[in-house]
Amino acid sequence: MFAFFISSGLFLGWSLGANDASNVFGTAVGARMIRFKTAAIYCSIFIILGSVISGAGASHTLGKLGAVNAVAGAFIVAFAAGISVYLMTKARYPVSTSQAIVGAIIGWNLFSGSLTDYNSLAKIVGTWVVCPIISAIIAIGLYKVVVFSIRVLKPHMLTLDAMTRFGLLLVGAFGSYSLGANNIANVMGVFVPVSPFSDISLFGLVKFSSAQQLFLIGGIAIAVGVFTYSKRVMETVGEGIVSLSPVAAFAVVSAHSIVLFLFASQGLEGFLSNHGLPTIPLVPVSSSQAIVGAVIGVGLLKGGSSIRWRLFGGISSGWVVTPIIAAAVSFISLFFLQNVFEQETFRPVRYQITGAALERIDQAGIAVGGMKKLQHRNYSTASRFNDRVAGIKGLKREDRKFIFSSAEINHTRITPDRIDALPIGTHGVTEKQKTHLKKLEGRTFSHNWQLHNALVDISPYWQLSTGANERNQEVTRELAHLYKWFRHDQ
Amino acid sequence: MEFNILRKKLIIGRQIDDFLDKVSESGLMFKQGMDAYLKANKVSFKRKIEEIADTEHQGDALRRSVEEQLYMKTLIPESRGDVLKLFESMDSLLDRFKGVLWQFEIEQPEILPEFNEDFKELVLCVVETVEAIVRSSRAFFVNVFSVSDHIHKVSYWETQSDKISTKLQKNIFKCQELRLSQKLQLRDLVRHVDKIADRAEDVADKLSIYIIKRSL
Repeated sequence: MFAFFISSGLFLGWSLGANDASNVFGTAVGARMIRFKTAAIYCSIFIILGSVISGAGASHTLGKLGAVNAVAGAFIVAFAAGISVYLMTKARYPVSTSQAIVGAIIGWNLFSGSLTDYNSLAKIVGTWVVCPIISAIIAIGLYKVVVFSIRVLKPHMLTLDAMTRFGLLLVGAFGSYSLGANNIANVMGVFVPVSPFSDISLFGLVKFSSAQQLFLIGGIAIAVGVFTYSKRVMETVGEGIVSLSPVAAFAVVSAHSIVLFLFASQGLEGFLSNHGLPTIPLVPVSSSQAIVGAVIGVGLLKGGSSIRWRLFGGISSGWVVTPIIAAAVSFISLFFLQNVFEQETFRPVRYQITGAALERIDQAGIAVGGMKKLQHRNYSTASRFNDRVAGIKGLKREDRKFIFSSAEINHTRITPDRIDALPIGTHGVTEKQKTHLKKLEGRTFSHNWQLHNALVDISPYWQLSTGANERNQEVTRELAHLYKWFRHDQ
Repeated sequence: MEFNILRKKLIIGRQIDDFLDKVSESGLMFKQGMDAYLKANKVSFKRKIEEIADTEHQGDALRRSVEEQLYMKTLIPESRGDVLKLFESMDSLLDRFKGVLWQFEIEQPEILPEFNEDFKELVLCVVETVEAIVRSSRAFFVNVFSVSDHIHKVSYWETQSDKISTKLQKNIFKCQELRLSQKLQLRDLVRHVDKIADRAEDVADKLSIYIIKRSL
C-alpha cells in the first residue's frame, strides 16, 4: 500500500527532474557545450548523492511546518503539490515545487486541525524572497572575478572553451548535488514521518537511515525525470538564455548552485553555529528562481537593458499564488479521500491538560492560574486547543510551545512483547537501550515527555543537551520512534 | 573528455596559427611577385606565382581541417560560425593575392616606369592592410581584448590604399602616351589590387562584431 501512496511523491520527483535539471545543465546543453547524455548522467548521479547525503536539513524544516502523520495524507500532500505545479506550468507561471509543497502542507494542517508553525512559515517565505536576491549578488561577484581572471590570464579562445566546458560540468555536478540536497525535501519530506523503512547499517560503517532510503527512491525518481523529459526543456532553456555567454552562464549556474547549497547544508549550519555566527535557515528554495535571480544579476551588471522585468512579477506572484492553489487542492482532495474513500488522511493528535501536565507547566515557571479551567478537558485537534490557550493572557510564544508539548496526549504502554519485537539497529536502538526499556515494563504513559523523563531517570543517555547538535537529533529520532512503537490507542 | 579536448585544442590551435601564417606569407609573396613584374624579372615573377599557388593549396587544406574539427569536436560552439566565416574571408584574401598575380601573368600589361613607384606603394599599403587583419585575427584567438590594438590599422592602410589608387588612376588617364585600351586595362588592374584592401577592411568590420559577441 505504501508503494501506491508514495507514487504521488515519485510523480513530483519526476516533474522536478524534468523541469529543474534544465536550470543546472540547460545552458551548457542548449549551447552544445556538453552533450545531453553526459549532462544527464552527471546530473542524475549527483542529484541522488545530494538527496541521500545532505537531504535531511531542508526536510527537517518542512517537517516543522507540519508533520503529516498518515500515509494517505502524505500521498495527497505530494499529489496536490504535483497537480499545482502541473497547472501552473500549463498557465506559464514560473512555478516551484518548494512553494507548492509548502502550500499543500498548510492545506493538510488546516484539514487536520494541526497548527501551522508560523515561525517556520515566515522563515520559509522569507527565504524565498531572499533567495533570488542572494543569487543575483553571488552571480555578480562571480562574474566579475571570472572576467577579471580572463583579462589577466588571457587564455587562448580554445583554452577558454575547454576551461568553460570543464567549469560548466563541474558547477553542473555541484548544482545537481545542491538541487538534490535542497529539493528532495519537497519530493519525499512529507513521507519521512510515515516511512515504513528501518535503518540499515552497511558493514557496520555507514548508517543508512529510513529517511535516506526514502530520499534514495526520490532521487531516483528525479533522475528518471532528467533522463526521460528534461532534454527538450534543456534545449529550450539553452536557446532562451543564449544571449548569455558561456562565461556568464558559468557564473549564473555557480550562483544558483551555491545558493541551493547554502540553504541545504547542515555542515555549514553546524560550522556557523559552533563559531557563534548567525545560521542560514535550511529551507527548500526554488531552483528556477535562483537561476532567474542570477541571470538578472548578470543582466544588471551589463546595463540592465536585456532584462525581462515581467519575470519579476511572475516570480513574486509565484510566492503567493502557488501555495494558495496547492493548499486549496490539498484541502479539497483530503476531504474527498477522507469522506468518500474513507482513508485515514491524518492521525488525530489530542490534547489534554492532565494533572501531570499542569504540574510540569507549573514547574517550568509558567502561571497556571488561567489553565486550571481547561484541566481534564479533551481537545481533539491542535487548533481547538490553541483557541483555548490563546485566550489565556500573559503567555509568551515559548510558553505556549511548552504547554502544547506538555498537553499532547500519546498513550504508550511498555509491554514485554513490544520490547522483544523492537528490532535492534533500527533508529539506533541498541541492546543496552532495550535493557532501559525493560526496566519500564508494564508502565503506561499519557504524554511523550513522561516516557522520556522515565528513560532519563534510568540512564543519562536519554538526556538532551542544550542547543542543536547531532547527538540531540539522534536521541530525538530514537525517542520519536519509541513513542510510535509503544503507542497504544485507548 | 576534457583532457581529450585540451589535446585537440593544441592541434587546432597550431593549425589556426599555420593558416594565418599562410595568409601573411601570401601577402609577402604578392609583394615580391609585383616587384619582380615591375622589374620585368619574368623568372622570379613565375616562381612567385607558383609559390603563391602552393601556399593557397596549403591554406585551403588547413582551413578545411580546422573547420571540420571545430564541427566534429563541437568546439567553441558559441563562436564557431563566426570563426568559420572569418576563415573563409581570410582565405578569399589569399585567393585574391594569387588572382591578381595571375591577372598580370595573363594580361601582361605594359607599365610605364613613371607608374612604378605608385604601384609599389599601392602594393605595400595593400599588404600592410592584410598584415593588420592577420594580426587582428590572431589576437581574436589569443587575447580578444588586444584586437583593438591592431584593428584600427586595417582602416588606416585601407584609406592609404584608396588614396594611392585614386592618384594612380588619375595619372594613368592623364598620361598621353597610353591608348585608351591600355588605360582601361591598367585601371582595372589597379582596382583589382585595391580591392584586396577593401575586402580586408570588410573582414575587419565583421571581426569587430564577433568581438562584441564574445565580450563575455
